[in-house]
Amino acid sequence: MKSKTIILAAAVGLVAGAPLAAQAGPKEDLKAFREYFMKRFPGVPLDEFANGVYAIDAGMRSEWEQMEEFPPYELGLDVGKAEFYKKFKNGKSIADCFPNAEKGIKQNYPYWDPKRKEVVTLELAINECRKANGEKPYKWKTGKLAAVSAYIGYLSRGKRINVVVPENDPDALAWYERGKRFFYAKRGQLNFSCADCHVVNAGRRIRANLLSPALGHLTHFPVYRKKWEAKGTGPLAGFGTPHRRYGGCNKQVRAKPFKAQSVEYRSLEYFHTYMSNGLPVNAPGVRQ
Amino acid sequence: MASTIKMRATERNGVVVVKALMSHPMETGQRKDKKTGKKIPAHYITEVVGEHEGKRVMTAYWGPAISKNPYISFKFKGGKKGEKVRLSWKDNKGQSDSMEVAIR
Repeated sequence: MKSKTIILAAAVGLVAGAPLAAQAGPKEDLKAFREYFMKRFPGVPLDEFANGVYAIDAGMRSEWEQMEEFPPYELGLDVGKAEFYKKFKNGKSIADCFPNAEKGIKQNYPYWDPKRKEVVTLELAINECRKANGEKPYKWKTGKLAAVSAYIGYLSRGKRINVVVPENDPDALAWYERGKRFFYAKRGQLNFSCADCHVVNAGRRIRANLLSPALGHLTHFPVYRKKWEAKGTGPLAGFGTPHRRYGGCNKQVRAKPFKAQSVEYRSLEYFHTYMSNGLPVNAPGVRQ
Repeated sequence: MASTIKMRATERNGVVVVKALMSHPMETGQRKDKKTGKKIPAHYITEVVGEHEGKRVMTAYWGPAISKNPYISFKFKGGKKGEKVRLSWKDNKGQSDSMEVAIR
């Protein structure tokens, strides 16, 4: 099932000409990633990629700008804000676990924890905060967890994504490489990789929808999807975390999704967010 | 209870543009409840009316084809800054709501 990264990358013509030696690390990957998309969508400023499809389609952009006049996530953000400051039974709150949230912190997630030797995502950190303070953790992927994450993201708007893969830590690099392999590996009955849609075919139609470029993904997560809003009820229905979307994408290519906060999805998020390093946070984003 | 309508009216060159977002389930009546298997009863806005200083300037007849939390935008001539614009909706269950703003 999992193909070698190098062969696959060559097969999708991703980085024609760039050296794909085993020594190519995250920094080289990032440079190649950006160059590919800047060449593919000439005239789109680098920062604009944070807006996804709205950076590459004028019609959708005008719809989005109209939607942003009365942002559909406003009520949900208020709930997220309330939850963020709400006191636990022990008198503390989520805010106490994230003391710098008001200055903007989302740009640093996910991060590598060298003591635990694992990648920590924002959602994982939120629920670990709750557990550490004697509270029941939120359900993953949706609802209050996504609302709190959206609020933290909202406070971080404008901050530049800054995911770090420590240079001399082979364990961190292993997680990054695992995420990179996931991104480029084919899966599911439809035999698609993330790259097939979001790199090779970015900007092309998939039925009535437009495929977004992978550069800039996750700058606007958690995302508020009109599709999820329509399926659910209440102000939080539209919110979803990256792992909710990963699960949905995997199901859409008829692959069995992994669990939220699984090693696979956290690795993927680590690689995936690193590829948007330097781009501005603009969470929560409104999407179809 | 808070209004279900968020609205803004701006005047430019003699034309007033009104934009509004309404919170409403707009249930078509065809969706089935996943747990019971029964159809969720239809619940959608049937009529939207826009008024300027008491005079009707826009009427819309809606049905189940309009999506959840509908957005509407319309223009009319002759409004001045400070004058009032009112948007009202009625639905098939007899519920209604209304909101008034001043033209900016």
